[in-house]
Amino acid sequence: MDLRLVLESLLFATQKPLNPAELRELCRATAEQSEEVRQHKALSKPSVNRIKKELEELAEEHERAQRSYRLVCVAEAWQFVSRSEYAPWVRALVGQKPRPAKLSKPALETLAIIAYRQPLTRAEAEQIRGVSVDGVVQTLLEKNLIEQRGRAEIVGRPMTYGTTEAFLEQFGLGSLEDLPAAPELRRIKVERPETIPTVEEKLETAADSPGNNSDPNTAGTDGDTGNEPAKDVPENQPGN
Amino acid sequence: MAEYRVQFDIFEGPLDLLLFLVRKQEVDVYQINLTRLAVDFLRYLEQMQELDLEIAGEFLVMAATLLHIKSRELLPKEKQAETSEEDEEEDPRWELIRQLVEYKKFKDAASNLQTREDEQADIYRRLPGKPDLPPLEPLEQKTPVSVFDLLTAVNAILARVQRDEAGTSDIHADRFTVSEKIQVIRQRILQRKRVRFAELFTDAHSRPEVVCTFLAMLELIRLHIVEAVQDRPFGDIELQSHPLESENSGRLANLESEMDYS
Repeated sequence: MDLRLVLESLLFATQKPLNPAELRELCRATAEQSEEVRQHKALSKPSVNRIKKELEELAEEHERAQRSYRLVCVAEAWQFVSRSEYAPWVRALVGQKPRPAKLSKPALETLAIIAYRQPLTRAEAEQIRGVSVDGVVQTLLEKNLIEQRGRAEIVGRPMTYGTTEAFLEQFGLGSLEDLPAAPELRRIKVERPETIPTVEEKLETAADSPGNNSDPNTAGTDGDTGNEPAKDVPENQPGN
Repeated sequence: MAEYRVQFDIFEGPLDLLLFLVRKQEVDVYQINLTRLAVDFLRYLEQMQELDLEIAGEFLVMAATLLHIKSRELLPKEKQAETSEEDEEEDPRWELIRQLVEYKKFKDAASNLQTREDEQADIYRRLPGKPDLPPLEPLEQKTPVSVFDLLTAVNAILARVQRDEAGTSDIHADRFTVSEKIQVIRQRILQRKRVRFAELFTDAHSRPEVVCTFLAMLELIRLHIVEAVQDRPFGDIELQSHPLESENSGRLANLESEMDYS
């Protein structure tokens, strides 16, 4: 008997996703019932890590076999699901899947920030978005996509937030590790380029004419960039 | 005007607007011309003002930051050199670019999440079958009635009485008391076991009488001497003796001696 196939049979028969701990418990319960199974150490007392590894390989096997269904891990629990290509037929059988109401753009952005940076406070999320997040945080809490995690040990001890299991389920993620580009977005340290070529040249006031407040250079530079109509020129004049 | 409002509403905040302006310059964020960005940004704010849109405080803070950056650029070259020696954090240009880059990444991550969610709609998992349960037995038990049901019922009766009274202008002496009505209701229930809510009010032709009867009923319900039930939602409300009536009726006597119900 192969542990991998034992796991497959369990996942085939189950009607709800099973996590490795539940699968191990099922193996243990079986060993209690059967002397024969007890003989096989690998079958009676598999470690959670071993189960995870077997599941990953099982998933790959199914992937290679190109079946119409695949084994996936959502929120740490494993289950067989149909492939999206076959959705039209499955839909005819069981009907449209109930979908959660679509999230607004601000809500989605805030959710992304919380997902990658959790646990974090509202103020930290606001810092990134540049606008208040009070309303959307409330919405996300109500939809059970985020939850309160604790309090930050800074002045005022503000509440911190993190994502829920329902979040992983709604977005079909096995765990937070599955978030695309996770390491990069977790703690973005944007490399500072050598120079910041972001300013218009010759915008600076000439050092020898400090009182000059209608700099002819400004108008000239604007014209060089080409894209901007001349009417912007007054904007660029240094005020007095 | 409405269309413009929509157009401006698409910007979630100053960073969103800045990213839009960066895209218009068709360059990488790192290559962006900040002074031109400042000009573009301010022009947008002006347009918003012209359209009489409320400008959120965040936009004004951003405008100030951009002007601060631009003002630094206006300094003579030698003085600029001094300032750009400062720490990374101190350079407002870098601070703004860093913020923009970071925000852009999360914006992309958000649309990524949206795609993932959309894909989920086409992925079916096994669902527990519907259990074969026998059809529900009709409710044997009558369900208790809430105070709101009672209020709705009495309002309907008050409306009827009001129609009856309309046009008349008689002045009645207060002939009814709550304690008297308590007696009437108890009598009826003793005789008939159950009384319909509406029946209690058939003889009532004035508001005070309806109100007295209703208060009497509430008092009896509160003391657990009678209970209000109905056999189906929105069905007729009926009053019947409370199972503990005999134990509780003593409380009514006490109460009556304590209070004057007129």
